Amino acid sequence: MEWHRRHVLGLSDFHPEEMEFVVDTARSMEEVLTRDIKKVPALRGKTVVNLFFEPSTRTRTSFEMAGKRLSADVVNFSSGTSSVTKGETLLDTARNIEAMKPDILVVRHSASGAALFLSRHVSCSIINAGDGQNEHPSQGLLDLYTILKVKGKIAGLEIAIVGDILHSRVVRSDLHSLGKMGAKLRLCGPATLVPKEMARTGAVVTSDIREAVRGVDVIIMLRIQLERQKTAYFPSLREYSRMYGLNRDVFSLAKEDAVIMHPGPINRGVELSDELADCERSLVMRQVESGVAVRMALLYLLAGGSHAAH
Amino acid sequence: MLLIRGGRVIDPASGRDEIGHLALKDGRIHGFLAGDAPAGFDGTVIPAEGKWVVPGLIDMHVHLRDPGYEWKEDIASGTRAAAAGGFTSVACMANTNPVNDSAEVTRQILEKGRMEGSANVFPVAAVTRGLEGKEMTDFTELADAGAVAFSDDGKPVENPLLLRRAMEYVRPFGYRILSHAEDTALAGGGAAHEGWTARKLGIPGIPSAAEEVAIARDILIARQVGGKLHIQHISTRMGVDLLRMARRAGLDVTGETAPQYFTLTDAAIEGYDTNAKMNPPLRGEDDRMAVLEGIQDGTIDAIACDHAPHESYVKKCEFAVAANGIIGLQTSLPLSLSLLAGGKVSPAHLVGLLSAGPARVLGLRGKGTLAAGADADVTIIDPETEWVFGPGDVLSKSKNSPFLGWKMRGAAAATICGGRVRHSAIAGVGAHA
Repeated sequence: MEWHRRHVLGLSDFHPEEMEFVVDTARSMEEVLTRDIKKVPALRGKTVVNLFFEPSTRTRTSFEMAGKRLSADVVNFSSGTSSVTKGETLLDTARNIEAMKPDILVVRHSASGAALFLSRHVSCSIINAGDGQNEHPSQGLLDLYTILKVKGKIAGLEIAIVGDILHSRVVRSDLHSLGKMGAKLRLCGPATLVPKEMARTGAVVTSDIREAVRGVDVIIMLRIQLERQKTAYFPSLREYSRMYGLNRDVFSLAKEDAVIMHPGPINRGVELSDELADCERSLVMRQVESGVAVRMALLYLLAGGSHAAH
Repeated sequence: MLLIRGGRVIDPASGRDEIGHLALKDGRIHGFLAGDAPAGFDGTVIPAEGKWVVPGLIDMHVHLRDPGYEWKEDIASGTRAAAAGGFTSVACMANTNPVNDSAEVTRQILEKGRMEGSANVFPVAAVTRGLEGKEMTDFTELADAGAVAFSDDGKPVENPLLLRRAMEYVRPFGYRILSHAEDTALAGGGAAHEGWTARKLGIPGIPSAAEEVAIARDILIARQVGGKLHIQHISTRMGVDLLRMARRAGLDVTGETAPQYFTLTDAAIEGYDTNAKMNPPLRGEDDRMAVLEGIQDGTIDAIACDHAPHESYVKKCEFAVAANGIIGLQTSLPLSLSLLAGGKVSPAHLVGLLSAGPARVLGLRGKGTLAAGADADVTIIDPETEWVFGPGDVLSKSKNSPFLGWKMRGAAAATICGGRVRHSAIAGVGAHA
């Protein structure tokens, strides 16, 4: 197939074939990562700006690594959240960066819709690296790729996602990436963090982790954001961990070959027990590996590459 | 003398709905004449054949942003938009800078309205000083200066005891408190209606209960102290139900809604359209239907557009931080006329929602009627004309409307305020904006 997108803002309008295409491209990128010299000249002369308005180390590093391995010039720009009342507006910041003529802007912002907003006002390509509670498309694609590597397919798999569904952009992208490829999804967490409207996605919605993980192939645990506890969505971390933490006992309800994923960073002992985080069925490190390959694929395709197979 | 010839004269306050002529003299309604137009009339004649002649429309909920935010709107531009939209009177909210919590500000607004306005301006003063929700304003002094009601609109009076005291204190004077009913703690910093669209877009939600809890609270306080209460911008099914219940209980509680709440749903925020961001937020389809039912059965007293102008840069940004509100004075009439389509709202009823209704709620004497002796405020409506609301039509200083590009049906053919033509689309009839 041919790639026509100028931006990757979210997976809500991605077709399954497009996602497969990205995964295929990522596969050839991953081959590069096994070489002695892990660098190809595909993006030589192109400039990628990581425009991060929210603290992030791993996603930014992953994109930076991806860009550098494709020989792009990568510039990091970090800033506090923009404000219309003080400081520079998001639009002004983006226009300033754009005036320096980058080819691709990788944007992370705390406001849902920020990447879409920028795509309407700047002329370079935009990759959404997480916008508020909306989407995190590269994470959705790397989760898809990681599961494909281990399970060989997505269709028919039972996948549980457990944790703060309400605030999670990972969930909103995974629902598209895994859902459109035919996985059956279950969403689980405290009722305050699992909006009842999410049933509209076709996913099973439950507040019972045992029901959620029983017989599943994949469990994706989400990070509980400790700073959100100020607004008290649940009584205490102790209570949370007791009801929604994944431990060996609960994990034993899943299929024998079930795997555990987590977008990181993990709160050990809260959503995921220490031993499970490091066990052989944890795919957390493989997700990180896949992440670089998927981000290389996205940068490559947006920069005008057709397919990396050759 | 001015004669409006041959229109369908609809005056719900006096029960009139018939073809005839309306004479205006010395700033007052002179009288209605049926039959042939008087020959040799000594004065201006405005042909109104095929059009409706109704009491000058009243929008009881606008933000003119003057004083203090004149780059968004001022009294001159806001009332020009009002006149073009068919409104001869507007009641402006107190969240200006300085806040309208003193007689000086009230008088300044009135004076500017008289000097520069294309419509009558009725100031609504704050319930609490600085809109801070802590101390009551000097109600009688404000009312004597010309304030027609009291509201902290933009935010609720959060402290129920303070609201009770205010309502109780003003009861002997007959003032009405207009309530922006919102439980801000329950609203939880949300930016859109808590429903599927907000969930999908990852926008923090404002539950319907944030409005409903506050409406219930305010009604119960009004019941306790016997005060006059008005619920602003009702957007939810239960909000309409609560108002209906209060009315049945014999309480003096009135309510308004805005065209956006019976025209749009939260689906309008798709694509993070900040021109559809407002507070209360656009709700679900069931709420929209309930607002329509509340209009049809007479529960809702007034349609008011909550005209809230904002400069482009506070809308051209992330949805979560974008300013709330939309302009509405030039679209309120055509959107309201669409209510006639189902046949459940009569022309007289509709006209009442935009004239006699708000006049009654605010106690405006000589307004909202075409009875002889009333003020010569008249709107001539062409209910059939079709037009597209484009950016070039906007007379406000701000263009934040979700209705830009919409095909509209019906418009103000002419707006006459105090006997002066302030807006005219009728050939041969000039206007003095």
